[in-house]
Amino acid sequence: MNTTAAKYKKITLDGLIFNNPTFMLVLGTCPTLGLISSAFNAMGMGLTVVVILTLSNIIISALRKLIPNDVRIPAYIIIIATLVTFARFFLDKYVPSLYEALGGFLALIVVNCIILGRAEAFASKHTVAESAVDGLATGFGFAFALTIMGCICEFLGKGSIFGAQIWSFKMSMFATPAGSFIVYGLCIAAFTAIMDAVTRHSKEKKSREKRMHMLTDELENREETVGGDAV
Amino acid sequence: MSAGLAAIAVILAAVLTNNFITVKTYGICPFLGVSKHVSSAGGMGIAVTIVMFLATAVTWPLYEYVMVPLGIDFLEIIFFIFIIAVLVQMLEKILQKVSPSLYNAMGIYLPLITTNCAVLGVTELLINTSSMESIIGEGFTMNYGWALLYAVCAGIGFTLVMILMSGMREKLNYTKNAKALKGFPISMVTASFICMAFTIFGSIVI
Repeated sequence: MNTTAAKYKKITLDGLIFNNPTFMLVLGTCPTLGLISSAFNAMGMGLTVVVILTLSNIIISALRKLIPNDVRIPAYIIIIATLVTFARFFLDKYVPSLYEALGGFLALIVVNCIILGRAEAFASKHTVAESAVDGLATGFGFAFALTIMGCICEFLGKGSIFGAQIWSFKMSMFATPAGSFIVYGLCIAAFTAIMDAVTRHSKEKKSREKRMHMLTDELENREETVGGDAV
Repeated sequence: MSAGLAAIAVILAAVLTNNFITVKTYGICPFLGVSKHVSSAGGMGIAVTIVMFLATAVTWPLYEYVMVPLGIDFLEIIFFIFIIAVLVQMLEKILQKVSPSLYNAMGIYLPLITTNCAVLGVTELLINTSSMESIIGEGFTMNYGWALLYAVCAGIGFTLVMILMSGMREKLNYTKNAKALKGFPISMVTASFICMAFTIFGSIVI
C-alpha cells in the first residue's frame, strides 16, 4: 500500500515539476507562444489540454494490448484527433468566447507533442489508473505554466490580469509573439535556475552527511590505532 | 480585387505579414529544434514547404468538393491529419527509391513533419473562409489556385525565418551566456528579436 502511494506521488511530482512539459521538456510550444498574451485564453487552453490528455492517456492505456506495435502512432493520432473533435463541439456549444479566442490552436492540439509524447512514453506501458494520474499531473503542469506566463504577459502588455485592469501602463510588445517569446524564454531560465539551486542544495546536504560519516569513521579508526600504540 | 493585386496580396501576406513562425507562432518545435545549423534549417524548411504544398493540394479540394457537399465537414481534423501522415510516409518511400541522395539530405526531417503544427495549421487556415478574408482583404474569394499559392508562400516564409534564426544561433555559439540562459532560453530571446523585426511588415497595406 505504501509503495503504491509513493509511486503515485512520484508520477504526480514528475508531471507537475521535474518533467514539467512547458519548462523542463519545452514541448507544446506553439499554443503556449500563441496564447499567453491573455491569461484567460492561456488558462482555457491549459484546461482543455488537461481533459484531452487525461482521456487520451486512459483510452490508449486501456487499448495498449490491442493496438499492434507497427501501427501504434497512427492509432494514437486517430484517438487524439477524435477527442479534439469532441472538444471542439463542446467548446463551440458551451464556451463560444473561448472557442473564438483559441481559433486555430484548438485543432492543433492534435499535433501537440505533449499528448503524443505521453501516449508513447507513458500510457503505452502503464496501467489505466497510473496513466490517468500521469495525464492529470502533466496536464496541470502545462496549465499552471501557461496561466502563470499568461498573467505576466497580460500584466505587461495590457496592464490587466484576467481582464481586470490593474494599472494603465502598457507595453504593447508583450501582446505580440515577440513578447511571448521573451517571457517564455526568461521563465524557462528562472525555472531552470531554481531547479538547479534546489538540486545543488540537496546534493550538498547529502554529500555533507556522507563526509561526516567518513570523518567520524576515520576518527574512530585513528583513535583505535592510537589507543593500540599506547598499549 | 484584380487578379494581379490579389496575387501580390497573397504572397506578401503569406511570406511576411502573416508569417507562420513570427506572427501566427505555428511550427515552433522545428524552429527551435532544427535551427542549430544553416544547412539543416534550410533542409527542414524545404521539406516543410513541399509537404505543405502536397497537403493543401489534396485536402483543399477534398474539403470543398467532397466533405462539404456530403455534410461531413466536422470530421476535418481526423481526415487532414490522416492525409498528412500518409503523404509524409509516401514521400519518404518515393524519395528513398527515386533519389537516395536527396533522401539522405532530407529524409531525417520527414518523420518530424507529421506532427508539425505548420502543416496542419495551413490546411486548417485555408478552409476557413472568414479568417482568409481578414488576412488578405475584403472582396477576396478563395479558389484552388490561391490556396496552393498561399501554401507555397507560407512554406517560403517559414524557410526564411528558419534560416535567419539558424544564422543567429551559429553566432550565439561563440558568446558567453549565463548558465541558466543556455540552450532554449537564449534561443527564445533571439527569436523574440526576429519577431520584433517582423512586426514592421505589419504596416504593409495593399
